[in-house]
Amino acid sequence: MDITSILYPVISIGGLGVLFGAGLGYASKKFAVEVDERIPQVRDLLPGANCGGCGYAGCDAFAKAVVEEGVDICTCSVNSPEAIEKIAALLGVAAGCSIKKVAQVKCKGTCSNSKNKYEYYGIMDCQDAAATPGGGAKACSYGCLGLGTCKKVCMFDAIRIEDGIAVIDEEKCTGCGNCVEACPKAVIELVPQINQVRVVCNSKDKGKDVKEACSVGCIGCSLCVKTCEYNAIDFKDNLAHIKYDQCTQCMACVQKCPTKVIAGQLELAEL
Amino acid sequence: MEIFIIFLSAILVNNFVLSRFLGICPFLGVSKKVETAIGMGVAVTFVMTLASFITYIVYHWMLVPLRITYLYTIAFILVIAALVQFVEMVIQKTSPTLYQALGVYLPLITTNCAVLGVAVINMNEGYNLIKSVINGFGAALGFTLAIVLFAGIRERMEHNNILNAFKGFPIALITAGLMSIAFLGFQGLL
Repeated sequence: MDITSILYPVISIGGLGVLFGAGLGYASKKFAVEVDERIPQVRDLLPGANCGGCGYAGCDAFAKAVVEEGVDICTCSVNSPEAIEKIAALLGVAAGCSIKKVAQVKCKGTCSNSKNKYEYYGIMDCQDAAATPGGGAKACSYGCLGLGTCKKVCMFDAIRIEDGIAVIDEEKCTGCGNCVEACPKAVIELVPQINQVRVVCNSKDKGKDVKEACSVGCIGCSLCVKTCEYNAIDFKDNLAHIKYDQCTQCMACVQKCPTKVIAGQLELAEL
Repeated sequence: MEIFIIFLSAILVNNFVLSRFLGICPFLGVSKKVETAIGMGVAVTFVMTLASFITYIVYHWMLVPLRITYLYTIAFILVIAALVQFVEMVIQKTSPTLYQALGVYLPLITTNCAVLGVAVINMNEGYNLIKSVINGFGAALGFTLAIVLFAGIRERMEHNNILNAFKGFPIALITAGLMSIAFLGFQGLL
């Protein structure tokens, strides 16, 4: 066997590799891009879940935006207060974030409370179910379908399906908003965690239709609006909306609501 | 004249994406916006033209004299990988926006079969240096043409009411298929 048949390939291909390697090494020096050294430091202090709740492509992109464009660190709702303080110290800005927001399911239509139009045996996914005729099996076309699409997208294990509706674990919820986007019924919204007085109905139907479909629906009687002394309840599309910045959590509306559709600590205490 | 025919056939008749089905990955991946599609097209054009040139030299001046032509795949991939790395550095330095927009697809040019494909086709057809470069340049222009046209259509589709089942990739693939049929019409050109 001729030794050259081994030697030539090794030398030529190896030589090419060395040549290109040297060339690239030189080019990487020549075309080096200066990166702000604070970006990786900020990135290390972020949760690293890449949930996208901040509106950026991921934690890397957010870290870059924070350092270079001065985006508010609090835009990342997932981060722990300690880490936010560290980032603030690193960047030399004042830390101080607004109130923690959590997801809330605006529906109490459990199996016993609400009726179904038909038995659903399709794909166990809300987005598929919502595309079927009638927009899912639930008699109320605004309610939670309870098939757990929100549970699937939740990266923090904060959602469970209980008795046919999604329930949020506010301790675990970080307010990233992934479930809000995933829900085809738009029944999940982000609310300030300290506000415990919330309307837990999403139905924009008229009172009679609501009553037929569900026993805990907002029937649009607007009693709460009249009861509220602080003008903190809006009434729109046959549905009460609480203005969280004006609500003092006096619980007057909670007690007054005939269908118990405004939830508050009062109701939690009873249970 | 022959050079012109090679050039035209590389762009239209044997369009790399729509007739030879090479380089489908970036064709589908980077065709959501016309600007990024143009950026990708320019990057691929640069890489493909230069790759045609360098692979010719490597093949005819190194592999053939040493009688190790069987190593052409490894040698070509080495050339392409180094070139892509270089292009990536240049783009990152000169246009961070384009760098961001191209994202993961820029290093993916390395494994873009269109680039390796043009080098292998040049070799198999026995093109000389000028013809190789012209063929590479033409093929890359064909790729750019296809991806830019496709991106234009996809931009328009964004505003159309498409059936839920077809949204996203299904309709993109159908569109690509229809474009391929349209390009079939060029078969009788030469």
